[in-house]
Amino acid sequence: MNYNVDEKGYYGDFGGAYVPEMLYANLTELKENYLRITKEESFKKELNGLLASYVGRPTPLYFAERLSKKYNTKIYLKREDLCHTGAHKVNNTIGQILLAKRLGKTRIIAETGAGQHGVATATVCALMGIKCVIYMGELDIKRQAPNVARMKMLGAKVSPASSGSKTLKDATNEAIRDWINNPLDTHYIIGSVVGPHPYPDMVARFQSVISEEIKKQLNEIEGREYPDHLIACVGGGSNAAGLYYHYLNDSRVKIIAVEAAGKGINSGKSAATSALGKEGIIHGSKTLLMQTKDGQITEPYSISAGLDYPGVGPMHAHLFRSKRAEFISITDQDAMDWGLTLSQMEGIIPAIETAHAFAVLDIKSFNPDDIIIFNCSGRGDKDLDTFINYFQL
Amino acid sequence: MTNRIDNAFKKGKKILSIYFSAGHPNLNDTITIIKNLQDSGVDMIEIGLPFSDPLADGPTIQKSSSMALKNGMTTEKLFNQLDGIRKEIDIPLIIMGYLNPIMQFGIEKFCKQCMSIGIDGLIIPDLPVEVFNETYKSIFSNHGLYNMFLITPQTPTSRIKLIDDVSNGFIYMVSSSSVTGEKNTINTVQTSYFKRIKSMNLKNPTIVGFGISNFETFNKAVSYSNGAIIGSAFINFLNNKGVNKINEFIKKIR
Repeated sequence: MNYNVDEKGYYGDFGGAYVPEMLYANLTELKENYLRITKEESFKKELNGLLASYVGRPTPLYFAERLSKKYNTKIYLKREDLCHTGAHKVNNTIGQILLAKRLGKTRIIAETGAGQHGVATATVCALMGIKCVIYMGELDIKRQAPNVARMKMLGAKVSPASSGSKTLKDATNEAIRDWINNPLDTHYIIGSVVGPHPYPDMVARFQSVISEEIKKQLNEIEGREYPDHLIACVGGGSNAAGLYYHYLNDSRVKIIAVEAAGKGINSGKSAATSALGKEGIIHGSKTLLMQTKDGQITEPYSISAGLDYPGVGPMHAHLFRSKRAEFISITDQDAMDWGLTLSQMEGIIPAIETAHAFAVLDIKSFNPDDIIIFNCSGRGDKDLDTFINYFQL
Repeated sequence: MTNRIDNAFKKGKKILSIYFSAGHPNLNDTITIIKNLQDSGVDMIEIGLPFSDPLADGPTIQKSSSMALKNGMTTEKLFNQLDGIRKEIDIPLIIMGYLNPIMQFGIEKFCKQCMSIGIDGLIIPDLPVEVFNETYKSIFSNHGLYNMFLITPQTPTSRIKLIDDVSNGFIYMVSSSSVTGEKNTINTVQTSYFKRIKSMNLKNPTIVGFGISNFETFNKAVSYSNGAIIGSAFINFLNNKGVNKINEFIKKIR
């Protein structure tokens, strides 16, 4: 089976571009140009140059010795938390802004939930001197004040989404509406492997630098290019897509996707889309999503704002349905505990999203010779308030 | 039996079509609104099936949709309300809704219900023509349902021709690059787009929608097309005046 996108923009049953006609021209322009432009030598040169000198790539592949000893297996961390702006998000925003420039776009819009993608977008817009508007749910603006301040410092306009549930899904709706209203001069930088084709594939390709580097780094350390297990957290799924990308069709590599169970899958406060979602359409993509039986999209919950998206990227929906990946969900409590564990065993304070992935170590057992790679997708600075309140630090 | 949409256009006058969100302002206003619209001389009605995430809609319809959902509107309730409507209503009735609620209801079952009620066609803005052709076309036609597609100022000529081939009933011309919502004027960029489409001599009639709100915009739009659709302005009127004075609103348009 092929796990990459097909020529029509689908991953198995999922994907496509279910958008109003108003977006057809924009998406066609992207679809017809993204592969061509990203393959151009001048594009690759500029992208790789910035990834090295600005983002700080390659990020280390770090052998976690104490953790490995405790769990009696070989554990590596891909240190995306060391990227400029503190997470993998910038890999995508750098790529897309270079693309937008080549398409002649002079204005950038983006959606953000917790603010990480908003910050990563505002950052590259500042770098390129391009006008930037970030849509953010009214509720999230209140909850994530430091990231709102960062975006403003970087010169972006933060526009509150006051419709619906006033969170990430509504910010995404507002960004899409903005694009409908400004189809000619504006490029929409989606932050995850979600949305209409070609976005899921384009974002996955920009994030695929993660597994591209791993192949080389692992070969140098272990003498082989492939690990036995890849583990990443999944909200929309961009860090996971980057981690899996070059191993999708390598059956030697087992893939584990970790979703946020929130307060428990059956608690009514959860974001475990693979367990709770049904096939449907969200933000222009056919995928698994959380919804009522009447097809109204529901609001997910997780303590980590980066995982509470009611859908999941179509690539991941396909990995789930085809059983290529194993999906595990982790509660708020276990994730928070792992925030402390990783801090105190390895001296790395992870983002709460990232901490979810590590909790798999308490659920699954691995062989002593197994090589396991976690995507350490983001650092925990942004979550300090949540950690402080949770643990009464 | 010929479709009521075709009959409406055959009369030759410019079509005034009105959109409202079913379940707004109150859950059970649907039938009253439809009757009052017909009595006021409206030629066609688009019944909006509310959705939590209406991507193509501006603030007015976002609000009326979410109010309708809060009031408890569901696909099943709408069909129950519309049951028997053809005893009193003879103008074309179209359901306009986003794809996800229709998918969850079941497309076949949805179309069957529409047929038994006497719905004449569907407008599903996020159903792409290509997917329609592959998966939905035969289901629609088996149930006597017309399918109307949108075109915009950005739609390439070749695609307009494709849409004209696939459509029946009419082509829904989105008046400018924008989401739904009231605008008070139609500018020269828009009129040159209307003229361009008119000169294509499409097989289907055209109706202009988005931004049509009053006497001026309606009359300007229909001078280049076969009719126009008013949505947000009508919903704002319902918000202010309720469902019993609909005649006042329609009289001001023509």
